Amino acid sequence: MTVLQIAALAAVAIGGTAVVVAPNPLKQTLVLSVYGMSLTALFFVFQAPDVALSEIVISTVGLPVMILLALRKVRQNERQGEREEEQ
Amino acid sequence: MSRRARLVMFGLAGAGFGVVLVLGLAGLPAFGDYKGVYGNVINGIGVTERRATDLVTALNFDFRAFDTLGEEFILFTSVLGVVLILRQMRGEQDRPSQREAEEHSFAGASAALRALSLVLIPMLLALGVYVVVHGALTPGGGFQGGVILAAGPLAVFLAGRYLRMKTVAPTIVEELGDAIGAAGYALVGLGGLVFAGVFFKNFLPLGIPGHLLSAGQLPLASIAVGLEVSGAFLVAFSEFLDQALVVRSGPGGS
Amino acid sequence: MSFLPFAIAAWLFLVGLYGIVSADNLIRAILSLTVVQSATYLVLLGVGYSQGGQAPIFADIPQTSKAVDPVVQVLVLTDIVIEATVTALLLALAVQAHKRFGSLNPEDLRALQD
Repeated sequence: MTVLQIAALAAVAIGGTAVVVAPNPLKQTLVLSVYGMSLTALFFVFQAPDVALSEIVISTVGLPVMILLALRKVRQNERQGEREEEQ
Repeated sequence: MSRRARLVMFGLAGAGFGVVLVLGLAGLPAFGDYKGVYGNVINGIGVTERRATDLVTALNFDFRAFDTLGEEFILFTSVLGVVLILRQMRGEQDRPSQREAEEHSFAGASAALRALSLVLIPMLLALGVYVVVHGALTPGGGFQGGVILAAGPLAVFLAGRYLRMKTVAPTIVEELGDAIGAAGYALVGLGGLVFAGVFFKNFLPLGIPGHLLSAGQLPLASIAVGLEVSGAFLVAFSEFLDQALVVRSGPGGS
Repeated sequence: MSFLPFAIAAWLFLVGLYGIVSADNLIRAILSLTVVQSATYLVLLGVGYSQGGQAPIFADIPQTSKAVDPVVQVLVLTDIVIEATVTALLLALAVQAHKRFGSLNPEDLRALQD
């Protein structure tokens, strides 16, 4: 096992934990993207470039966009609910 | 069940599960000490049999093409689910005048960001097409390239032009891409059934390894999957964008 | 040391499960689920790795070189892309649940408790 592999594994272990303990969903989304990067590095040193490519497109484009939009929609619903209560 | 009770229960069950999980994983061959058969067989015969240099793609669209068909339909069905759930919510109040207003209120993007995204769009599309068609030669293929292709129209949204994104990639085109890609991949399999006698058996000339038009049906399957994945992601993106950006007034609201 | 990838996979699985169980917000639970899923990537790639093996791309290495198992890589590769669309489905369900119950807290999903 090479030093690079051990370093990537450590980054993944820390990143995964950070995603779970991040204080709110918005920060969690950002941490998830960084975690995706560390997974990409791990796949690369595990000699799996195809998988690394797949992970990097999903963790930078695919997931964050949808999560952020869902969060925005939820916040919008909340504001609307408050406005209706005031009236 | 209260949150506290849930955590206590997880503490007990999780500890037990963790022990079993570690014991089970410890029974695997040590890391780096590969004992499998399939991998070595594929690595040995892959290039000669399929004339593809990227064996991961060759496996994906040829050796286990039937599995990929199932996986592709999971993708198709889950995006269908997203559309069904979110469009049901959209049916309520949807005023076109407010959609126009939203275009302006969201146009907070700076000139630099707009210019940059304009440069990004053709580059993303070119990269996506490259990754899709070179699937059989270098790392990449329909699944990865499809997501990159879907990122192209998304860059229009990044420039603060959501409604323009609908002009670049109208919903009907996204949906057609999704459906044609899904059907196209199944048709590649049917082609094998018709011309070679077995579902997903290669029926095209194999060519020379390393050439763009080689590896038989792999580029065709890769393009079909690329079309489907990009269509699927664009449909999902635009459903979420529609939800989050188009402001609807509640009953009697603003 | 050769158990390290599997140990980290087990850790990610448990941490992700903890995230799901302790979540007070459905979107948190969904993001924790993606961590649980990444544990499977580690196990699969760990099983397929062979010491000193190269990536199974024979574009610029001789056909006889030692390479890692491509079969597990295919499983992980498709799983990652499909995971993203399944996560989209879950997010859509969460948005719908928030609309219906006015909260993302799993405790408040009254329809599930009856």
